[in-house]
Amino acid sequence: MFKIITKEMLTPTICRMKVEAPRLAAAALPGQFLIVRATENGERIPLTISDYDKEAGTVTIVTQQIGASSSDIISFEEGESFCDVVGPLGIPSDFTGMPAEELASQRYIFIAGGVGTAPVYPQVKWLHERGVAVDVIVGAKTRDLVIYKEEMEAVCDNLYICTDDGSEGFKGLVTAMLEKLVTEDGKKYTQAVAIGPMIMMKFATLTCRKLELPVIVSLNTLMVDGTGMCGACRVTVAGKTRFACVEGPEFNGYDVDFDEAMRRQGMYKSEELVENEHHKCRIGRGR
Amino acid sequence: MANKIPRVPVREQDPKVRATNFDEVCYGYNVEEAQLEASRCLNCKNPRCVAACPVSINIPGFIAKVNEGDFSGAAEVIAMDSSLPAICGRVCPQETQCEGSCILGIKGEPVAIGKLERFVADWSRENGGVKPQTAPANGRKIAVIGSGPAGLACASDLAKLGYEVTIFEALHRPGGVLVYGIPEFRLPKDEVVEAEINAVRALGVKIETDVVVGRTVTIDSLLDDEGFSAVFIGSGAGLPKFMGIPGENLNGVFSANEFLTRNNLMKAYRSDYMTPIHTGDKVVVVGGGNVAMDAARTALRLGAATTIVYRRTETELPARREEVHHAKEEGIEFAMLTNPVEILGDEKGWVRAIKCIRMELGEPDESGRRSPVAVPGSEFEIETDTVIMSLGTSPNPLIARTTGGLDTNRRGCIVADEAGATTRPGVFAGGDAVTGAATVILAMGAGRKAAAAIHEYVKTL
Repeated sequence: MFKIITKEMLTPTICRMKVEAPRLAAAALPGQFLIVRATENGERIPLTISDYDKEAGTVTIVTQQIGASSSDIISFEEGESFCDVVGPLGIPSDFTGMPAEELASQRYIFIAGGVGTAPVYPQVKWLHERGVAVDVIVGAKTRDLVIYKEEMEAVCDNLYICTDDGSEGFKGLVTAMLEKLVTEDGKKYTQAVAIGPMIMMKFATLTCRKLELPVIVSLNTLMVDGTGMCGACRVTVAGKTRFACVEGPEFNGYDVDFDEAMRRQGMYKSEELVENEHHKCRIGRGR
Repeated sequence: MANKIPRVPVREQDPKVRATNFDEVCYGYNVEEAQLEASRCLNCKNPRCVAACPVSINIPGFIAKVNEGDFSGAAEVIAMDSSLPAICGRVCPQETQCEGSCILGIKGEPVAIGKLERFVADWSRENGGVKPQTAPANGRKIAVIGSGPAGLACASDLAKLGYEVTIFEALHRPGGVLVYGIPEFRLPKDEVVEAEINAVRALGVKIETDVVVGRTVTIDSLLDDEGFSAVFIGSGAGLPKFMGIPGENLNGVFSANEFLTRNNLMKAYRSDYMTPIHTGDKVVVVGGGNVAMDAARTALRLGAATTIVYRRTETELPARREEVHHAKEEGIEFAMLTNPVEILGDEKGWVRAIKCIRMELGEPDESGRRSPVAVPGSEFEIETDTVIMSLGTSPNPLIARTTGGLDTNRRGCIVADEAGATTRPGVFAGGDAVTGAATVILAMGAGRKAAAAIHEYVKTL
């Protein structure tokens, strides 16, 4: 189980893997995530589902190398197996439960940042297959870091690429692109969905508010079990504490306390550094 | 006279030493100690201990075997009613159950039934275990959700009756609260929990990990598509509660579930495991139950000066006496009649202190305990780096939400009758998922009852 069928590096630090997980693939819907525990002594790492194939019984995951655990996941090769892959977790995107007639009247704009482009793909694909109008903005630092370009082009109406350095597409931030589309190009959208780094989702939400455009964000919080047991993923939404793993990961962006979410996301940063330096002093005394 | 022998004390790791390691606190009896203790049993004609045991183990029967030196015979007697004796011998609240009703306890000390059960189970495991006895396969499949005490007990009984049983476990390792909740120093995971789960496997029970029922599969898909005749829900009470006070989402505030899961299931205390855990120098644990004791004693072992904050007095602590005693011996501070009102953070959003108010006991509430009342103007701060909230748990709503016809009560518990039948035919439930957080042995008792009810139900199909 959980054998890696294919592996490719999309950029020097972003890796795409197709993994055997038949039960998960059969149940997955857009907006959901999964948890990988690569090795026996590894962490449980929440990752977005960037595609699923019910017939082949596979799911596709995209991992960005950030710390020790993501490096571990990326170090696996085709033919090897992860210890555990569990999911799908979280509530599927709202639109998966929307009546067809309501869906037909929607015009979606997706705002994807960095590795957040991967989970946007199954959402766009799902909507496109049902004839819903979808535009996508993809942002990256530079041209070589843009992922899912061809895949996205095949399933959306318009794809707008933004790079910080202008090496491809629009030079500037995704928020500037969104503002341009709505205010200058006269694009009309009924719903925005922003998925990417927490800071990008915060600013995308601010822009959407300015444009009076409803926005959904997908929160990539810390998690241990991913099933509602631990509460590591607590976020404040509309003044209430919510568990992103079972009540999310998608929330109305207007309601999310992003500053708290960013602060909580960094809770184990120092421990992660320590782990990287192999100076493992997490236990104060004893052993 | 047998009852003139004093209760044989059990050897334990020195408190100062054990406060720095995760090895088991209690060493258990050796052969001589066990036989001497067993000789104290009066072998009552009408054994009150059996009536007080949620799984009705033939206690005088197994103790008589220990007395005779027939330890494998003793293990066989226990195995008729319990599939997890090494676990129950360690974590059951014997003082309120079997030992609490032992006739010797009226004038002196009751027989150490728990320690004897543990001795028999450990001896048996080290000497090849009890041969599994199962009825011939009857061709029926039963699904069990959750591999904690309720699920394991239910699965064992059904397997013995000849059913093909599959347990679905959401986490990567089976055992439920036995692996994520109860720490290593009370319940060793590899030697004890894993071994007893393997004994359940030896009955033919299949355990599929990484399956979240309600997400990966549903009860409907199990019944309709996968050919299961009935389902038992033993999904426990895993949803942590918070107080709802300001500052609870600061960095450094954890649920006891998170703290313990990181340490127990993910083995954060071991340098060869990657999951991090945070304590800082000072930890405050809020709550007074067994889980609070476990969290505090874990924090202490990770090197933090640890204080338990509880709003009533020591007399009302819901934790087992033995756990409170052990915690005190190890150096945990107890701040009683103290209730948090706010958690205070530093400029970076990390916990700096917990603001509490002094309490005094007022009139008894509906539980019969005197309810604590705040003393106006008595607020004070306790400096701390970490706050662990141990206020109890409630059942995870995932299964109930994704299963039609399954009623829950206002506390989120699945509604089930005495035998475990829920409001939906073919679906049974027991343990913490039905009662809210309780004990390992009550969950096992509920699992066994449901197994009997499932057996009756399947006959009607």
